Amino acid sequence: MDKNYLNIIRSSKLAQFGILLIVFLLLYNLVPHNEGNYFWRLPSILAFIPIKLNEIIYAALYEWFPLKVWDPIFEMYEEKAAFREFTKSISKGLLFLITFVRELLLGGDKIIDVFVSDAWLKDNDWMTWPALPWTAATVGAFLLGFQLGGIRLALLGGIGSLYVSIFGNWVPSIQTLSFVLITTPICFVLGLSFGIWGYLDRKVETALQPVLNVMQTMPQFAYLVPIIALFGLGDHAGSIATIVIATPPMIRNTILGLKRISPEVVEAGLMSGCTKTQLLFKVLIPTARRDILNGVNTVIMQCLAMVVIASFVGAKGLGLNLKIALNSLKIGKAAEAGFCIVLIAVILDRFTKAWANKQVDYFENLSFFQRYKLLIIFGTSILIFSIIAFIANGYFDKINYLYVIPIEKGFTFAHYIDAAVDWVWETFFYSLNSFNKFLLTEVLGPMKKAYLGMPVVATLTLTMGVAYIIGGIRTSLLVGGMMLFIAMSKYWDRALITMYMATFAVIMASLNGIIVGSIFAQTERGSKIILSVCDFFETFPSFVYLIPVIFLFNITDTSVLIAAIVYATVPATRYTVWGLNSVPLSLHEAGTMSGVSRIQRWTNIEIPLAFPTIMLGVNQTVVFTLQMVILGALIGTEDLGQLIFGALSRAQDGPGVAITLGLFVSLMAISVDVIVRKWAEERKKALGLA
Amino acid sequence: MSPTISCSSVYKIFGNNAQTLLSESGGNVDAKKFQEAGCIVGVNNASFDVNQGEMLVVMGLSGSGKSTLLRCISRLTDATSGKILIDGEDICLMNNKQLIELRREKMGMVFQNFALLPHKTVLENIAFPLQVKGVTTENSIHKALEMVELVGLKGRENYFPRELSGGQQQRVGIARSLAVEPDIWFLDEPFSALDPLIRKEMQDEFLRLQSVLNKTIMFVTHDFDEALRLADRIAIMKDGIIEQLDKPDNIVLNPATDYVRKFTEDVPREKVLKIESIMDASDPHASGEIAVKKDDIIETVAEKILNSKEIIKVVDDKNSVVGSINPSKVIKVLFGG
Repeated sequence: MDKNYLNIIRSSKLAQFGILLIVFLLLYNLVPHNEGNYFWRLPSILAFIPIKLNEIIYAALYEWFPLKVWDPIFEMYEEKAAFREFTKSISKGLLFLITFVRELLLGGDKIIDVFVSDAWLKDNDWMTWPALPWTAATVGAFLLGFQLGGIRLALLGGIGSLYVSIFGNWVPSIQTLSFVLITTPICFVLGLSFGIWGYLDRKVETALQPVLNVMQTMPQFAYLVPIIALFGLGDHAGSIATIVIATPPMIRNTILGLKRISPEVVEAGLMSGCTKTQLLFKVLIPTARRDILNGVNTVIMQCLAMVVIASFVGAKGLGLNLKIALNSLKIGKAAEAGFCIVLIAVILDRFTKAWANKQVDYFENLSFFQRYKLLIIFGTSILIFSIIAFIANGYFDKINYLYVIPIEKGFTFAHYIDAAVDWVWETFFYSLNSFNKFLLTEVLGPMKKAYLGMPVVATLTLTMGVAYIIGGIRTSLLVGGMMLFIAMSKYWDRALITMYMATFAVIMASLNGIIVGSIFAQTERGSKIILSVCDFFETFPSFVYLIPVIFLFNITDTSVLIAAIVYATVPATRYTVWGLNSVPLSLHEAGTMSGVSRIQRWTNIEIPLAFPTIMLGVNQTVVFTLQMVILGALIGTEDLGQLIFGALSRAQDGPGVAITLGLFVSLMAISVDVIVRKWAEERKKALGLA
Repeated sequence: MSPTISCSSVYKIFGNNAQTLLSESGGNVDAKKFQEAGCIVGVNNASFDVNQGEMLVVMGLSGSGKSTLLRCISRLTDATSGKILIDGEDICLMNNKQLIELRREKMGMVFQNFALLPHKTVLENIAFPLQVKGVTTENSIHKALEMVELVGLKGRENYFPRELSGGQQQRVGIARSLAVEPDIWFLDEPFSALDPLIRKEMQDEFLRLQSVLNKTIMFVTHDFDEALRLADRIAIMKDGIIEQLDKPDNIVLNPATDYVRKFTEDVPREKVLKIESIMDASDPHASGEIAVKKDDIIETVAEKILNSKEIIKVVDDKNSVVGSINPSKVIKVLFGG
């Protein structure tokens, strides 16, 4: 070949991509599709991984490090594995805490039972903790809101609590809340400790990064089976699953916050004569307070996003109700429970944000009574409402509505929703159905077939090629290694289906996000509005998105994809707005003075400069999409998610399979992440934005 | 009396094998060679003393190593080699406990970007060094209130840093650094982040404070005018090396290197030179009524001298006549030629 051509190829990425595409297409069409051909599908030599994982888990649980444990029932020592005893005591501790908070609010005698004998409790009927009347709780929510953010938050808290109560969701809501109240502090302490450790020790941070990456991209479902194996079923298992998922963002926020502290502030602390401990607790943590509390906020949001998933391992509450309603296709009931979760999420979100931004005023000169005014009012209202409710015991014969309004007796709007859904079905059945059919047969079907018909050598060439062009040989090998790992398992076909769904959803969501973001980012006000809309949608737990789509498109790939697209449009939009807003004003002015039109400004100035940021949004979109696609297994798809979901019911080999498959999904997300991040970094450097 | 701060052959070199490279070079450090080896030279063989009550201004452009030098002396970074004595004790050999003790008792520092704690009010920020020392809340707040008054922030005790202007924030920073009544006061470009007008005002305020407090001061700045205005002595740094360390008028009159000369070229002489440097010492019997002091800066008394019709006598601190001054000399300084 002419030397000139070689130079062009070397310097032009576009030419490189062109060649890569040609090679890919050639491979795609030329490699024969038959089993046994290693260019078509690799042998599943890594099929032993899930089996080995299982063996390890069960060996740890039943064989390693045996301890002599006293069995009180058989009154003898028994050999039990240390690890098993360890997980058991964690389960017990967590369960105790959750039950404690639950009974504190709902009443009962389980906690008292821990401290006295069963027989004594049976003889003393009166010995039971009284429930907190919902009336008093409503006053409490109102006052707390008032304390944190004035009348607006007071009304949000009060009305929210009132709604939950009179619509009969009081008990499940408190069950969910008790779950959040116990899980959040644990995540907080864990996240803060690891975050501080990572900040203080660079090596720890480097070691944490890949672990956090995997943890944050693993589908939530993948954790469930191992957790059942290790901890059994129940509220505590749900809590543990949530801790695993919600702690990584807390760690990240802590590290981020601490790193953002200006070195001068640290020096000021040192020059003031702080010891190491004083520096940590009096300078570093308070200065990073806002980022740390944002982390707490994320943790709470994760907890609520997890309630439905946690219900698969036995957590009670709104999540369980929603799951049952969804399983029996009761859209109205599901929507009601979903609405409650969103409501609690919004309340907790606003409350914690207000708390994060609240500054303590040390100089108010208040008397004891003034200082604790709200607490005193709350205490009094508990007393008064409890007395009223207690007296009313005689008035109501079976259910005391002043304590709790049970779900069957509460107000409901479920039938309106059901009616609305019916109406939509009847009215739009044909158009919805034909749209659904069109999408399935004309777009999704062929796309799926194309993905499944891709020889493994073609896939690897494409991914590694892209990684090589963008990030060089190391990135290419990293990505290739991760893909190879999946390809050599026996789940490659399923992974391809997941990839096809993710690709489709990512493309659609990114387009949506870029268009919506660009439109709104034209004005400052528009940016503000769309960002707060994004905030609002992000408080929705992910599965809430599934409720409406199932009823419009039934249980098909379409439903899952639409939910995924809507869900993932949020980060795409957000990053687009951020990217466009970060284009320097001087460039806008330079453009205007050069006489560009609005469209020209968008295509020639704004998009090129904002593109690296937008791509980071697309990166997020991939993670969001994969989460939703896997979650789609909840309503039935046939990709990796379905297998992970299926592993739930197979206690014997489930844990290994679930972890392996979860890891696959995580690796896919990380592969994209590695490439996109690298590209965005270089691009930002080239544009002088970094 | 021994100097309060005494540095001898202080080196600070950033990089992995700085220690070995330095000992190989035998103290003769070439910044370029070190850079090729992956090391960056921050401070290169600095030796000087600062006496009790003296203000040494370290002047240099960004990257000259002036802030690094300051951080070595406060041991916010560890010097690679050299001796740094504070009141005769080598700070480089101190353990963590001694160091904390030293900072709590003897040192105060002001930072370029104020470095206030965002979650604490003005009063709490100022009381902070006292509180970490273990002073009771009541006493520390009492002391902090005194400091608030000293820096002229009365009425803003309960403001948070974000509610204050830059100048006010730096007043808080100054008050905080003074709260423990340190002997040694480090100031790292304290006025560089402020607007020119506020900067001037803060420099005046600073001179007022120093005239009351009389601390031993190391003041870092990149502004040569500021250095001239404030310093007892100036150290000019370039690439980690102290190019010249002298009194302001000497630097202006006798720049040691070409680099220093570049700074001094445009400096108005009358703003730096003292009457002493142009007076006529051979005529100690001038008879005029009007007198100027030999330590006066020419600019401040020029009008007085030029308006008078007779020869003016120059007196020293004890008011005894040491010489006379001819108006033509003042004109020469003012208008050149």
